[in-house]
Amino acid sequence: MLQLKDVRKSFSEPGGGVLPILDVPEFELGAGEQMVLVGRSGSGKTTLLHIIAGISRADSGQVIINGLDICPMPEAGRDMFRAQHMGYVFQTFNLLPAFTALENVLLGMTFGRMRTDRQRAHSLLDRVGLSHRLNHKPSELSVGEQQRVSVARALSNRPKLLLADEPTANVDPGNQQQIVDLIRETCREEGVSLLMVTHADDVAEQFDRVDHLNELNRQSQAHSDPKKKSP
Amino acid sequence: MNLFKIAWRSVQQRRLSSALTGLSMALGVALVVIVLVILNTVEDTFRKNSGSWDMILGAKGSKLQVVLNTVYHLSTPVENVPYSFYKEWETKFQSPIFVSQLGNVAVIPVCMGDSYQGHRVVATIPRMFQVPYAGNLEYEFAAGRAFKDIPGNNEAVAGSVAAHKLGLKVNDKIRPAHGISDETDLKDHDAFTVVGVLAPTGTPNDRAIFINMESFYLQEGHALSEELANQRAQQNGQSRSQDDNKEPTNEDQSQDSGDQGGGNQDAGEQATASNRHWNVRPVAFTENTLQEQEDGQSHAGHGQAEALPEELREVTAILIRFDPEQTALSSMYSMKMVKDINKGNVAQAVLPLKEITDLFNTFIGPLKGLLMFLAVLIVVVAGIGIMVGIYNTMNDRRRDIAVMRALGAGQVTVMAVILFESLILAVGGGLFGFLLGHVAVGIVSSSISGTTGVEIPMWFLTWQEMVLLPGLVILAALAGFWPALSAYRTDVSKSLTATP
Repeated sequence: MLQLKDVRKSFSEPGGGVLPILDVPEFELGAGEQMVLVGRSGSGKTTLLHIIAGISRADSGQVIINGLDICPMPEAGRDMFRAQHMGYVFQTFNLLPAFTALENVLLGMTFGRMRTDRQRAHSLLDRVGLSHRLNHKPSELSVGEQQRVSVARALSNRPKLLLADEPTANVDPGNQQQIVDLIRETCREEGVSLLMVTHADDVAEQFDRVDHLNELNRQSQAHSDPKKKSP
Repeated sequence: MNLFKIAWRSVQQRRLSSALTGLSMALGVALVVIVLVILNTVEDTFRKNSGSWDMILGAKGSKLQVVLNTVYHLSTPVENVPYSFYKEWETKFQSPIFVSQLGNVAVIPVCMGDSYQGHRVVATIPRMFQVPYAGNLEYEFAAGRAFKDIPGNNEAVAGSVAAHKLGLKVNDKIRPAHGISDETDLKDHDAFTVVGVLAPTGTPNDRAIFINMESFYLQEGHALSEELANQRAQQNGQSRSQDDNKEPTNEDQSQDSGDQGGGNQDAGEQATASNRHWNVRPVAFTENTLQEQEDGQSHAGHGQAEALPEELREVTAILIRFDPEQTALSSMYSMKMVKDINKGNVAQAVLPLKEITDLFNTFIGPLKGLLMFLAVLIVVVAGIGIMVGIYNTMNDRRRDIAVMRALGAGQVTVMAVILFESLILAVGGGLFGFLLGHVAVGIVSSSISGTTGVEIPMWFLTWQEMVLLPGLVILAALAGFWPALSAYRTDVSKSLTATP
């Protein structure tokens, strides 16, 4: 489903130098597989997710999704590919404040040249337990409810790959497990591959596969504390 | 969900600033609409009506005043010209040689200076209603008929607006007053019977009331005294004798004009000029008419009275319309007429179309241009307001744009959303301004009608207004382009990771 080969990314520094962030020689995620990627802050987890999603372009290497390398694609092509094949759950939910819960979910189907399926949006919101909050705006929802809407939105376009960037980081402890269960169950039901980035050990412990970015990333190995986190 | 709805939600999200930005656009467009509608309607109406008559023969003085007074029923009445002068031209144009050369020329005398409840009363002959107006339109009667020109029958025809405002119907009686101002002590004449109501013409004649000239002369103060008539006859005779014997020099012309101007000044305020035009007369009535007067009754609608002798008559102006089928010869002859008549002291020949064209080219045209420039400037400033308004929100919205991008929206898509937003504010505000402008026109139209005689319907549309919509779309595109470009260039990764 997802393959990374020699993916490298660096950023320009204000002084004119170059700061290498990522150097991932190899990474794979199977179809329908669920895994967690852990790593310390600033290790490049979000950058890696952005590269996989096509939001950022890798300096070099290949990001192969469903057999297609998205790196050579122009930005518009990557946008369309993302709209049609990927879902993204953000740490800060990132619901659009002007839209209702239902409209936020519909928005996830809008940009991929696919038919806006209101029935699916209703069904997803029902699945995340928010069928009674369809017309509520984000400001009228609790934090946990907002993240559940965000999960429904990420799945609205029937993605093959769901990227979740610390989805429980801003959710109160009572709701954290619900969110994780929800993401995992819906991904399982829809046959979606899941790559979740998290800091939370208790979350990581629930997954069969836990990768450490420090181990994947040659840059981390070169600059960071060699201490590894156990699953 | 379409892009327009996404843009609309964004406009809704910032209700107050969106409303204020849209309102500024609405005010600008309303101003454009008001300027366009009012000035275009006034100009069109003036030009159209000036084409009703090819030439006006009136007293020496301001040419524009002659036109405004006789055609538009505005301004104060001008001096009079001798009745014999009218007969002279009427006879001339009816002579076989003139008819063979110039065809059927309409020569219509008008006597002005009376009013009825704020509406000008114009004394004329029935033929006036047979002369096409505003090009080639025919007068039609909504009710009744034209008056008959019988002395003492006291018949009147009301223009459509006058009839509507005064509630006049056929067989109603009106008592015109001497003078045109709003003075309450105007002296009423005898009663006239309304025998016809004109269908709307869209001309100042709609506001006027027409009475038959023969009856007009029989009203008090509408005839020259014997003494004054002799004096005028002598002056005219001398003047004609001089005109016949020598070509007037420039000095003579200026002296003549000066005398005329001096005459005006001596006569005092223009508002009272009409009271002086028609001098106290000894009118010879028939026995029946005198009896009615003694009984305190009007002679309206009754038998024929004795006509006022021609030597005791004057007319305010003579309206001339040449035969439209003889345009080449007519225009040549009209040039000769203007030259010949203006040489003399009796009257002046005025070309209404030229006077109105000069008026608009000299005063109204530049004024219209200036007002349009200011109005368009306000719309452009409102457009800049939209641009600044949207651009200022871009920092707050960068994250929302980044989220849309992360959901798969392309750069062009987010750019389109911002352009739609600009379009909603510009076109929405513009459409509101369009309505606002026309409602404002409806509110001020009665005041304009009272001042200029031009009726402006609230929903009168000018062709320039049709340009407004595409103009606003272009303005919206220009106004939205800069913020849209900013959205296009949004660094998605950076915006998503920025602290909210």
